[in-house]
Amino acid sequence: MYPHIEGCNQFARVAPTPRRLLGTGMDTSPYIELRDVVFARGDRRIFDGVSLDIPRGKITAIMGPSGTGKTTLLRLIGGQLRPDSGTITVAGENVPRLKRKALYRLREKMGMLFQSGALFTDLSVFENVAFPLRVHTSLPEDMIRDIVLMKLEAVGLRGARELMPAELSGGMTRRVALARSIALDPELIMYDEPFAGQDPIAMGVLIKLIRDLNSSMGLTSVMVSHDVKESLSICHYACIVADGQIIGDGTPEEIKAHPSEQVQQFLHGHPDGPVPFHYPAADAGQDWGITGRSR
Amino acid sequence: MDKLAAFGRLGLDIIASLGRSGRFLAGVLGGVSKPSVAFPLLLKQLYSIGVLSLAIIVVSGLFIGMVLGLQGYTILSDYGSEAAIGQMIALTLVRELGPVVTALLFAGRAGSALTAEIGLMKTTEQLSSMEMMGVDPLRRVIAPRLWAGFIAVPILAAVFSVVGIWGGMLVGVEWLGVFEGSFWGNMQSSVSFTNDVLNGVIKSVVFGFVCTWIAVYQGYDCVPTSAGISSATTKTVVYSSLAVLGLDFVLTAVMFGDF
Amino acid sequence: MAQRTTEVIVGLFMIVGIAAMMFLALQVSGLAPKAPESSYTLYANFNDAGNLAPRAKVSMAGVTVGKIREITLNRETFQARVVIDVNRSVDNIPADSSAVIRTSGLLGEQYIDISVGGDMESLGDGDTFYSTQSAMNLERMISNFASGQ
Ligand SMILES: Nc1ncnc2c1ncn2[C@@H]1O[C@H](COP(=O)(O)OP(=O)(O)OP(=O)(O)O)[C@@H](O)[C@H]1O
Ligand SMILES: [Mg+2]
Repeated sequence: MYPHIEGCNQFARVAPTPRRLLGTGMDTSPYIELRDVVFARGDRRIFDGVSLDIPRGKITAIMGPSGTGKTTLLRLIGGQLRPDSGTITVAGENVPRLKRKALYRLREKMGMLFQSGALFTDLSVFENVAFPLRVHTSLPEDMIRDIVLMKLEAVGLRGARELMPAELSGGMTRRVALARSIALDPELIMYDEPFAGQDPIAMGVLIKLIRDLNSSMGLTSVMVSHDVKESLSICHYACIVADGQIIGDGTPEEIKAHPSEQVQQFLHGHPDGPVPFHYPAADAGQDWGITGRSR
Repeated sequence: MDKLAAFGRLGLDIIASLGRSGRFLAGVLGGVSKPSVAFPLLLKQLYSIGVLSLAIIVVSGLFIGMVLGLQGYTILSDYGSEAAIGQMIALTLVRELGPVVTALLFAGRAGSALTAEIGLMKTTEQLSSMEMMGVDPLRRVIAPRLWAGFIAVPILAAVFSVVGIWGGMLVGVEWLGVFEGSFWGNMQSSVSFTNDVLNGVIKSVVFGFVCTWIAVYQGYDCVPTSAGISSATTKTVVYSSLAVLGLDFVLTAVMFGDF
Repeated sequence: MAQRTTEVIVGLFMIVGIAAMMFLALQVSGLAPKAPESSYTLYANFNDAGNLAPRAKVSMAGVTVGKIREITLNRETFQARVVIDVNRSVDNIPADSSAVIRTSGLLGEQYIDISVGGDMESLGDGDTFYSTQSAMNLERMISNFASGQ
């Protein structure tokens, strides 16, 4: 089935290349740069002139209230959405301008964990994780098997390899999806809510995994999460999105000591404050039909 | 005035959707995958949309052939020319009913399933995640399905016609006692290979292509919600049926119109 | 399902399809697998070609010996000029044979029947039938009968 066994050549794809290891030490330019990105859905501007640098080889946490566009930001980086204006540069390439072929080539260097997991429902857990390997490499079957089992072991699901996605719990689905997104050892991994639905032990394992991936292979990681404490404990850099803007960014210490009232409200989860909890809506009185009546 | 504007918008929507489906088709057919990758995928789809449709095609073909036999006999025996029953059954099936009924059944059996499957893959972000893995879903998911439909429908239509003719023979020759020699003889002298059989095959190729195109496009373009999938599935069946019947008229006019 | 099983089943499916098409070609349309027989050309002029159409059969004694290639109007005589392809194997049609337009059954298609003459000479490539008999026109026959002619 896999006639082109070019052992060492192909193996380079799944083992960190020396070049990449060197790169983490020397190249300090940001891996991802967003400049004045404007993106609107209908009339609603989700991003209104956002500029952001995501450093190479570091873990960056993106936080913010629900519905502010964190997932949208990841999709913009992955080239699935195009901004209305502004530039998005990933690994030196302007993503919105890329031709289809170049975009797909760039995406081979990216891994993305979707918020919903997005496993292929007609393939078993094993085949899901093996999918990127089968498509992008011509490794022999036994090597694919070893890699897949290694990745599944890392997320604690080696025993679940024969299950179908429909037989997994939400948290397990997320972990399989994580194993799949790291199968090719990409340069960049984007995690959309990796901790949602995980018990404390699994959470601890995932935190360790994300940290190890980053430190041992120098991956650039972008992590979207609501878990402020966990995120700040592992990230090197964090930014908080709200109202179509970056309202605060910096190292975890800088963020914790941030002067902005909005940032503090978000970090401590106060219901009242400058960050709106509600989706933009008409005056409450109007919706309940009590305008003009005095109370 | 508002109504006029709404009407214009509807027209623009339809044209835009047509344009999208054309671009979609170009995207699917434009990229050619490695045969070693594409072949197993195609095989799997041929199985699920071709082989699994065989049962409904055989059963429907048999019954339609038998009905043609009965009706043909009653009408033709009034003129004492019930021997022409073979010719009548064969021409009806090969020219019209084979391609058309097969395409309609295919749209209901396989087309709707394709739409729902692809729509669900879109809704659960499977297509997005494939894109993010650097795999083009148009080539990986859509193309094998489109080609499988394109190959399967002419085969199904041929099977339908053969089973139908056999069913008609069962009724006409075995039950009603038409002489078997004249059944086949009449058929062979009046059915022409290029004019009838080949034209029928061309029709079924066109129908297969159009039905599968509509099915995969509706799935790919659906609104990613459960209501979106259900309306896309309905659209697949409705549009496919209308397209098949409309195209059948056009093709018949072109192929058989000159006499 | 195992890849192998799928392969076999789909293979069978393709074979069934090809067999069905072969059946339609050979048994239903009576397409003979042999190469079309070489033929030579004869002409016949009719006062009325009726519903005769290209590709209609040409027979002798009920056996098909050729087919009609085309039908045109002769501008000088205002007759229908029919071009007939006759199989090479039938090369001894007597020169005084006549071409008759007949209808198969009461409502069937029209074809040309060659009623054989007695001449020692035979028709060759490019010859024209000396005598012809036009299509029987039911309407005209009835009106002739009614008007007592
Ligand atoms: N397909 C779409 N069509 C229209 N609007 C959309 C669409 N997808 C998302 N939105 C809007 O874009 C905004 C940002 O969505 P996004 O999914 O990026 O939020 P998020 O920050 O990831 O939220 P959460 O933390 O809940 O996942 C939301 O307010 C949503 O209403
Ligand atoms: Mg989100």
